[in-house]
Amino acid sequence: MTQGGFAFDLCGRNTYLERRGITPPRFTKTGTTIAGLIFKDGVVLGADTRSTSDTTVADKNCEKIHYIAPNIYCCGAGTAADTENVTGMISSTLELHRYATGRGSRVITALTLLKTHLFKYQGHVSAALVLGGVDFNGPHLFTVYPHGSTDSLPYCTMGSGSLNAMAVFEDGYKEDLTKEEGMDLVTRAIRSGIFNDLGSGSNVDLCIITKDGVEYLRNHQRLQDKTYERKFPVKYTPGTAPVVREKVFKLGVDVAVIEGEPEEAMDTT
Amino acid sequence: MSIFEYNGAAIVAMAGKECVAIGSDLRFGVQFQTLATDYKKVYKIHDKLFIGLAGLGTDAQTMYQKLKFRHNLYKLREERNIKPSTFGELVSSMLYEKRFGPYFVSPVIAGLEDKTHTPYLCGMDTIGAIETAHDFMVAGTAPDSLYGMCESMYRPDMEPEELFETVTQCLMSGADRDALSGWGAIVYVITKDSVVARTLKGRMD
Amino acid sequence: MANVAYQLGSSAFAANSVHSAPHAHPSWSPYDNNGGTCVAVAGNDYCIVASSTRLSTGFSILSRDVSMVLKLSDKLMILSPGFQADANTLHKVLQQRYIRYQFDHGRPLSVSACAQLLGNTLYYKRFFPYYTFNICAGLDEEGKGAVYSYDAIGSHERSGYAVQGSGKDLIQPVLDNQLKAASPLVLPPENWMSSLPLDQAVDLVRDAFVSAGERDIYTGDAVEIYIMTKEGTKREVLELKKD
Repeated sequence: MTQGGFAFDLCGRNTYLERRGITPPRFTKTGTTIAGLIFKDGVVLGADTRSTSDTTVADKNCEKIHYIAPNIYCCGAGTAADTENVTGMISSTLELHRYATGRGSRVITALTLLKTHLFKYQGHVSAALVLGGVDFNGPHLFTVYPHGSTDSLPYCTMGSGSLNAMAVFEDGYKEDLTKEEGMDLVTRAIRSGIFNDLGSGSNVDLCIITKDGVEYLRNHQRLQDKTYERKFPVKYTPGTAPVVREKVFKLGVDVAVIEGEPEEAMDTT
Repeated sequence: MSIFEYNGAAIVAMAGKECVAIGSDLRFGVQFQTLATDYKKVYKIHDKLFIGLAGLGTDAQTMYQKLKFRHNLYKLREERNIKPSTFGELVSSMLYEKRFGPYFVSPVIAGLEDKTHTPYLCGMDTIGAIETAHDFMVAGTAPDSLYGMCESMYRPDMEPEELFETVTQCLMSGADRDALSGWGAIVYVITKDSVVARTLKGRMD
Repeated sequence: MANVAYQLGSSAFAANSVHSAPHAHPSWSPYDNNGGTCVAVAGNDYCIVASSTRLSTGFSILSRDVSMVLKLSDKLMILSPGFQADANTLHKVLQQRYIRYQFDHGRPLSVSACAQLLGNTLYYKRFFPYYTFNICAGLDEEGKGAVYSYDAIGSHERSGYAVQGSGKDLIQPVLDNQLKAASPLVLPPENWMSSLPLDQAVDLVRDAFVSAGERDIYTGDAVEIYIMTKEGTKREVLELKKD
């Protein structure tokens, strides 16, 4: 049906509509505080879990640490659809590459695939990423900007809360942190984004990658539940709604197949 | 003017205990002119999977036709109905394909997973960024009104009847504060052995 | 051919640079929006007034404990979400005119008079408005709750309840649903004054803020609630999410 890649067939119509004074809809952004650091035996990645559309929270507990390979994960900030799809595409490319070569993926391979893709689209694919993993050459941590430029750093942050998180890193980072110290520092960095940046919020996700494996700690810290429960909860009694027409569609009952011998064998003579 | 405000829509989906409900308003208009009052924005994919399409009417209809076509092919090939979560990914990748020239629709998908009867709910922006929800999902011209209602009225594990009343109140009260949607509503309640479609009378202004 | 392509390219670039004006000064606005939400509910013998305490700009929080409430007396308050600098100036003007009124007339300012005063003060700046979306609330001469809500240039109306500010869209339909009638087609619309008992109305207001805080990034930190009855005014603070 389609070959893959982007389709531009509606661009003509949409630019015509824009010329006629119609504003295109807003996309869901991740807002985001994402961060990562290299510790003694690996990499810690962290992210908040809020996604926003303008000033409204669209998702209170979304996942921003994306799987790339068994030894590589990637935090995404920017347009939600772009971070989701760009990481998905690179992870499937790497999976095929592993099948073809029979070797584990390297972080710089992921990095090169990401930056060539993003550079090709000149920043229009707006994904700002923190890529981390451990491979044959040891732990690696990179930031990738939407235009395709990259940095290799011992600790880094991205997203609207990046300054809040970086302030914590600059204060607390030193070389050869233990795993616990690293986890604590990243958590504190993300938390400072969550509380001080309005684009970030809800919970802290962590991902710890070492040469021995991955610990993905979804909702490592759940911060802040609702502060008040109603004393007089609303309950609408059936019949409140002004129904004018009702149609009931009965669905076919699922046939249940019971394993084992029938109680009485069928006469087949 | 936002393209979403051309036709107008209000869509709410909410999960209950082994049931899920999805509803839309019935107004079809061109900006502030109301043209029809029996225009449903929720479409059936199969018995336990519905999709609500808010946004530009022409794109919503095109999307529905393409999705129906995809599902028919899927059924021929697999001899079974598509899983709601799989369908969510399908819609998402169809929308992301048009990343730089999108369909102006924001979908809400509601369904019951086979066997387990657990509700599946998700919503998307116009370029297919999925947000899965365990409680409720809204789309339309006044999403904030609908969010506000749902956030206050939702309670976990509602039975089908209670779920219906709650979705109805959220939809109707939310749409009453939106000039571009209203004129009654239709709400589908999906349980493991039936689908109940109820048409509702709303304010006619 | 190559030359033609070059010319096309360069002229298009030239035309482009005229339109986009890359080195133009960033536009400056005398206004800002500092977010925040205010709610007022009038009852038969009470008036509830509530306002969130977060002050923000863009994606930053400026303060977590700022009041938007001008407490003129024990039964007269004005809430002003919007642009805080304008709200402060407006409150200063109103405070002064409130005192002046009492000197001039030798009696306290009633809610209805205050509502008109606020309307006039706002309309006086019709072409350079105070960027605030006010609510004037209190107890009237009969001890009943009174709520007036305004646009930025002084158009106002008395109502049974009002919401203003960044969480308006989220809270408004909830109050419509709970304080008018569950289904306006089946049940007769209630009196415009809330018929809920005080404890239920306070419960509703608290829940409205907690719910708005879940979705509106500008509503959070805390909400201060004033409950005005004939016995006097009680202030309470409910903590909200800090993220």
